[in-house]
Amino acid sequence: MAKKMHATPMLDELESGPWPSFVTGLKRLAKDKDYMVDLMGQLETSYQTRKGYWKGGTVGVFGYGGGVIPRFTELKDAEGKPQFPDAAEFHTLRVQPPAGMHYNTDILRKMADIWERHGSGLIAFHGQSGDIMFQGAKTDKVQDAFDELNELGFDLGGAGPAVRTSMSCVGAARCEQSCYDEARAHRQVLNTFTDDIHRPALPYKFKFKFSGCSNDCMNSIQRSDMAVIGTWRDNMRTDETLARKWFEKHGMNELVNDVINRCPTKTIMLKEVKDVAKGDKISSVKINDTQCLEIDNSNCVRCMHCINVMTGALAHGTDTGATILVGGKRTLKIGDLMGTVVVPFMPLKTDADYQQLVELGQKVIDFFAENALEHERTGEMIERIGLVNFLEGIGLEVDANMVSTPRTNPYVRADGWDDEVAKINARKQAAG
Amino acid sequence: MAQMRTPIESGVPDNKPYLHPTLLKNYGNWKYHDRPRPGVLHHVSHSGDEVWSVRAGTQRQMDVYTIRKLCDIADTYAEGHVRFTIRSNIEFMVSDPNKVAPLINALEESGFPVGGTGNSVSMIAHTQGWLHCDIPGTDASGVVKALMDELYDEFKREDMPNRVHLSTSCCEINCGGQADIAIIVQHTKPPKINHDLVANACERPAVVARCPVAAIRPALVNGKPSLEVDEKKCICCGACYPPCPPMQINDPEHSKLAIWVGGKNSNARGKPTFMKMVASGLPNNAPRWPEVSEMVKKILYTYKADARPWERLSDWVERIGWPRFFEKCDLPFTKYLIDDWRGSRANLNASTHIRF
Ligand code: HEM
Ligand code: SF4
Ligand code: SF4
Ligand code: SF4
Ligand code: SF4
Repeated sequence: MAKKMHATPMLDELESGPWPSFVTGLKRLAKDKDYMVDLMGQLETSYQTRKGYWKGGTVGVFGYGGGVIPRFTELKDAEGKPQFPDAAEFHTLRVQPPAGMHYNTDILRKMADIWERHGSGLIAFHGQSGDIMFQGAKTDKVQDAFDELNELGFDLGGAGPAVRTSMSCVGAARCEQSCYDEARAHRQVLNTFTDDIHRPALPYKFKFKFSGCSNDCMNSIQRSDMAVIGTWRDNMRTDETLARKWFEKHGMNELVNDVINRCPTKTIMLKEVKDVAKGDKISSVKINDTQCLEIDNSNCVRCMHCINVMTGALAHGTDTGATILVGGKRTLKIGDLMGTVVVPFMPLKTDADYQQLVELGQKVIDFFAENALEHERTGEMIERIGLVNFLEGIGLEVDANMVSTPRTNPYVRADGWDDEVAKINARKQAAG
Repeated sequence: MAQMRTPIESGVPDNKPYLHPTLLKNYGNWKYHDRPRPGVLHHVSHSGDEVWSVRAGTQRQMDVYTIRKLCDIADTYAEGHVRFTIRSNIEFMVSDPNKVAPLINALEESGFPVGGTGNSVSMIAHTQGWLHCDIPGTDASGVVKALMDELYDEFKREDMPNRVHLSTSCCEINCGGQADIAIIVQHTKPPKINHDLVANACERPAVVARCPVAAIRPALVNGKPSLEVDEKKCICCGACYPPCPPMQINDPEHSKLAIWVGGKNSNARGKPTFMKMVASGLPNNAPRWPEVSEMVKKILYTYKADARPWERLSDWVERIGWPRFFEKCDLPFTKYLIDDWRGSRANLNASTHIRF
């Protein structure tokens, strides 16, 4: 039988209203867990005083250097004793989810049982980096909980200056926009770095994220050090049945205002069927007996907009792979940075292609480990040393797709110009 | 002592055992999708197979009873397979259209709203807050619960101009991430330093190095080694707090909430955009944060009324311009909204492009 509940007038407020309430969940757990009775006491105190009361520390599992986020209460009475002693420790286990965050009920029930036995019974699906967060365990229960989760086939994610847990979109499993096997890339890349996930020894955190197309459902450009985003090189595919169906339903105004006008490079045109251009970069599809859409694929920037609007009528091509960007991150320390294109296109079809992706990840991490300052993210390092030094460090050739514009300031020493031109010409020639 | 168990370093688990059989069978072979109603996606494969996914909102931090309830629903109505989205919605896949309606009923009867697809306001991506982080200026789950109560109907409908993503963050580090509308706690006063504790608790060079504006200097205070902050330089970012908790940044009175808009992660139409700060100084009024929801709703409904189909919030502002955004949303444009950080001149208007 659990101890008496603390009064929680402010938290109680959060039980009203239609959205599912985490407070109701906390109360259900508190019915037979003293742990959660006191957790609610501390949380209510935060609501009353508008202050947080957790501090970090060191708690881990045997063999690993990270993956558990330790929390100890700072809410103490005059004698230094915790005001809510049963919840004085409230550690979180970060656990890596399957790619695409798929589960069956059997595995979810097993996770719930384990966490009810060893932890608070509170689980977040998922944190912002993708971990399943098993929230709230006492120090002496962390190992037991981990052991059982680990036996189920799950492993801790990263924390601290480590490779962090990754995320991939639903992609190939259920999305027609998917341009590669996200789950495979996610698993193959991340599992190369298992050691760097479990034993934090990098200058700072490093995140990979995998999106199957440039809709970038995983928000990888802004939030990962290495973003792998699906795209294609050949022509857009079309389906006349679905195009006609779309047009019957939506009509000319929507076609013009919502599809044609919104193409960022103005590459879609409405044409009479008889006037459609010919050429190996042209895709076209009839929307009725006399008119059709014409797309000049050489000017399509693969933004996905028209494909999103006319799903199935327009679809990405079949020569698929990914664009890779490096250096995205949020605020600390120099402000927000987006990832920068470092590989405009990497095919992702064969075993060798996926191996190449893994090798690139390895090079980027090795370079980061050797060259970043302490507490410096990849994007900050690139800003400090310049993109060219970074590319040379990981052995990638420069490409005009890496910039929005060439340089505007003249402060550059260009005495190697002729050599560079010669190298680039030789390379072009070799490529035939 | 018993021998310690060596971990199985298995890394990312294979998702194949957890995939719904129709997804597994049609992996990489989908042709198109449509949305029969809000909250339901219908995917059609090149093979002719079809699958319906029903999306429902959750409270993200779930107790085991909630998880078991969701599993019961999945077992009874949805063939036992689920997945979660990046915004903590849960999705149930079924291979028979007749199973959709009973599944929706079961979810809604159990208090899980069905929606979050297409042009809706989806669940708010959020951070840790008072429940678990060591530097939060506010709560996260509570702010989100309060706001989702207000936006409940917008979650269940699909009548925004385009999808709307929200996020909240309980400090400026912003674990919550980029969003169309983001709510972020902002400290507005420099840290108060407990000089007695600094020498014991903080590695001083590391703290000095952490400050983005070089406002921290080593100092001797009351004869003890400590740190001091040049308060004119300090931007109140809070970065010195994690490596040095005696540099107390949280302040029940002066930690305020700020609103940011126009972040877009997709590359659709325009390139991805960062969100921009448009308001600050909102009080940290637990447990319902009414001033914050009021302002979020004002921005949201102005966008809804004024934007054209498919315009994300950032696309809308690009069309009408920032001055009109502030006018239409009735927000004061103050000097604090003019960027003065590195690279800031790129954000200034170097043209005569002005709308009258
Ligand atoms: C000091 C205590 C901190 C706590 C308790 C904390 C907590 C968290 C948690 C729980 C997540 C989600 C993790 C997951 O899903 O695996 C997260 C994500 C994140 N954290 Fe923190 N955080 C802390 C400090 C920081 C710092 C110092 C930074 C930046 C320098 C930071 C930046 C981020 C970012 C950008 C994300 C989102 C990542 C993404 O989208 O992939 N956090 N944080
Ligand atoms: S990123 Fe693209 S492929 Fe992945 S789920 Fe989103 S739309 Fe589909
Ligand atoms: S995908 Fe290509 S054609 Fe379609 S809107 Fe984007 S740039 Fe234009
Ligand atoms: S936003 Fe700040 S306070 Fe909130 S979880 Fe992230 S680091 Fe902690
Ligand atoms: S709050 Fe930020 S700016 Fe102010 S002293 Fe600390 S690290 Fe420097």
